[in-house]
Amino acid sequence: MNLLARRKLTNQVALTLSLSAMAFGLFWLAWILWTVLELGISGLSLTLFTEMTPPPGADVGGLANAIAGSLIMVVLATLLGTPIGILAGVYLAEYGRNHWLGSTTRFINDLLLSAPSIVIGLFVYAVVVAQTGKFSAWSGVLALALIVLPVVVRTTENMLQLIPNTLREAAFALGAPKSVVISKVTLRAARAGVLTGVLLAVARIAGETAPLLFTALSNQFWSLNLNEPMANLPVTIFKFAMSPFTNWQELAWAGVFLITMGVLVLNIIARVFLRAEKVN
Amino acid sequence: MEITDAQIEFKDFNFYYGKFHALKNINFKMARHKCTAFIGPSGCGKSTLLRTINRMYDLYPEQRADGQLLFDGRNLLGSEIDVSVLRARIGMVFQKPTPFPMSIYDNIAFGVKLHEKLSNSEMDNRVEWALRKAALWDEVKDKLKQSGMSLSGGQQQRLCIARGIAVKPEVILLDEPTSALDPISTARIEELIDELKEEFTIVIVTHNMQQAARISDYTAYMYLGEMVEFGVTDELFVKPKKKETEDYITGRFG
Repeated sequence: MNLLARRKLTNQVALTLSLSAMAFGLFWLAWILWTVLELGISGLSLTLFTEMTPPPGADVGGLANAIAGSLIMVVLATLLGTPIGILAGVYLAEYGRNHWLGSTTRFINDLLLSAPSIVIGLFVYAVVVAQTGKFSAWSGVLALALIVLPVVVRTTENMLQLIPNTLREAAFALGAPKSVVISKVTLRAARAGVLTGVLLAVARIAGETAPLLFTALSNQFWSLNLNEPMANLPVTIFKFAMSPFTNWQELAWAGVFLITMGVLVLNIIARVFLRAEKVN
Repeated sequence: MEITDAQIEFKDFNFYYGKFHALKNINFKMARHKCTAFIGPSGCGKSTLLRTINRMYDLYPEQRADGQLLFDGRNLLGSEIDVSVLRARIGMVFQKPTPFPMSIYDNIAFGVKLHEKLSNSEMDNRVEWALRKAALWDEVKDKLKQSGMSLSGGQQQRLCIARGIAVKPEVILLDEPTSALDPISTARIEELIDELKEEFTIVIVTHNMQQAARISDYTAYMYLGEMVEFGVTDELFVKPKKKETEDYITGRFG
């Protein structure tokens, strides 16, 4: 076999392998989405958004308190974790690149990034819930923020590192101080990427169960008090899906459907942002 | 050759990247409102030399200079020099166009806002003035709100020149400003440099010897961190004094 024919064959083999790997991944994803859609869509109705979580076997009921609780905690955790994460990411990319404090922070952040969420949940349980003596929405917010933080730090640092150094030098060459170079030029050039990182972090915490199980717990009733346990979708799903009651199981699937769609929409928004930025 | 009206003067100037001695004992003067070109093979130190004039090396802790670099008689190497003010007086344009991720208008206004407080109408005038000076006004006057990144490469480079001019510097440093551009854009930038010389002192690094011969009044030939020859461009290209310079400009080396 001559060289050209062998190259062609290698090419074919590599292409076939990568296509089948893609098909393998896509198959499970499509199956999951289909199951969620099939079982979740039947539970969708207006009462899902207006009624509270019902007692077992009741005819009526929805997820209103869980949806509201999840929204509140996810939004607060994002508001808490994002600014700190962006500032830390800026430090790593713009100030601490070759400093021991930078490399140490980066290492610890990577550990935090890969820490199982149940560890975060137990940590907040130990330092907040056990100390205050009760489960609360605040502790849930704190646990979720601790998951948001390393994701935002990482993406901010990576996105800033992608900005060519010549852009920084060009701003410095006009006499700009470092703070202006970072806030007006490099962060601005990296904003689509940073925003994508935040959205992906939101998508990640939207479905986290373990950290909330030990912190915000859950709540049968409507409660917006951050010092009390608060209902939320993941823990409700966990509880309802494991129950023997059909109405609970149906609501669990509806909740799964809501989270999946929410995450899907967030991911699409993130992609649209990135694309819009590339066109500019 | 004697330069009488020197704006910038290097005296026993040395530059180091860490332990590497990149510029060795540089001594020469640059005339006010003239164009001085640095030529030489890659790695000879010509960009390094250019970047010392606005203290760009301050950004990198491992880089340092010693000797004297006089700007209107004042040594720029001292720690008492405010680099922010210095860089407003000495502008710089880079090899690749570097528009900021903002509108054409804001690109120009960015540098001005750092050093002056202008009213809106004054800023409008300044932006128009700078864009006209950079021969870009007619092409962008109807789309000042568009992103600077949406312009072509040649236009982006002229935008960067306009951005530098807008701060009203006295010196403009150009680091291979046309090496990423097509011949037509290059010709436009060269014409522009010729006009700018009337108001600004121009220092240009170029790989293109014809370009140096076309646009500069003085040329410095550098090799391995040393300034081999410095002189009036017409003389240096026609009758170089040193054998090495002749070898380089005739293409026998480099």
